[in-house]
Amino acid sequence: MTPGRLEILLPSEAIARDAFVEARGGLYIVSFSISRGTIRFPLEAQGTKKGGITGGMSGPPKHLLRTYLLFPVIVILGPLGNVLLSKGMKEVGASVKWAPTDLWPILIRIFTSGYVLSGIASLVTFYFIYMLMLTWADYSYVQPASALSYAVVSLLGYLWLGEVVPPLRWVGIGIICAGVLVIVGTPHRTTHGANLAETEKA
Amino acid sequence: MREFLLLIAIVVLGTGGELCMTRGMRTIGEVSEFRPARLARFLGRAMLTGWMWLGLGMMTAAFFALLATLSIENVSFVVPVTALNYAVGAGGASLILGERVSKRRWIGVLVVCLGVSVVWLSRR
Repeated sequence: MTPGRLEILLPSEAIARDAFVEARGGLYIVSFSISRGTIRFPLEAQGTKKGGITGGMSGPPKHLLRTYLLFPVIVILGPLGNVLLSKGMKEVGASVKWAPTDLWPILIRIFTSGYVLSGIASLVTFYFIYMLMLTWADYSYVQPASALSYAVVSLLGYLWLGEVVPPLRWVGIGIICAGVLVIVGTPHRTTHGANLAETEKA
Repeated sequence: MREFLLLIAIVVLGTGGELCMTRGMRTIGEVSEFRPARLARFLGRAMLTGWMWLGLGMMTAAFFALLATLSIENVSFVVPVTALNYAVGAGGASLILGERVSKRRWIGVLVVCLGVSVVWLSRR
């Protein structure tokens, strides 16, 4: 076996230690630990046939406290946005005729409604925090929020808007939450994924 | 009937928009850095693809369909029914994007559909 050189390019802030390369089959299995910064796969590599390294990180989840603190915020913000939109649109709907010729008056009425605008602001904030959380937390940590949101939105509709929610609907909502939990429990990435960094031999 | 069509529009246009955007983003590549300047440049490049604009248009239409539905229906009915986007999303991802959808995910989709049917039956 001839000695070779495998270079893996990491983000400048990342410090890697304890690098270890092992050839198995047609693959190099590369293990290393990161003491600073974060890395995202695929990593760029030189000295390999494909020039890219796929894989995944293992170890304790990062920013656990931050994730737990923000989780209830997104569980509330998304449903709150929908409930505010609903409250605003009920008012708009009662005050306009839904004729195609009235498009501009309807649009102006919608986008001058305080409830609709607050609802949009709430949803935008929700998406922003959600995306932000996804940059450090695992998808499976963040995603159950979407399952809970179906229950929270109905609870808010019942408590705040005084909607009548029949028992059968609560049963249906429970089944939906269970189904969404099954879905989010599956790996979000199906194209590739491994616990170790892998790259093809040159 | 009007509510039914609007709900279909929310689910199909919303999920269709997401699928188009996914397709548009895939043509650009993977985001590996989350610095604002890099993200802005990435989004700028993504916006040059037709898929992104198609997706954006569909998602805007879905949002207006949601607003129209919320003006006539209860939010505790509308939002749970939109969980159907998991079914449309899984179908679309496997048919259009060629993604592999696991058996467990399909089971989850079936459970969601069952729940939506029960919510539908609870309609006043």
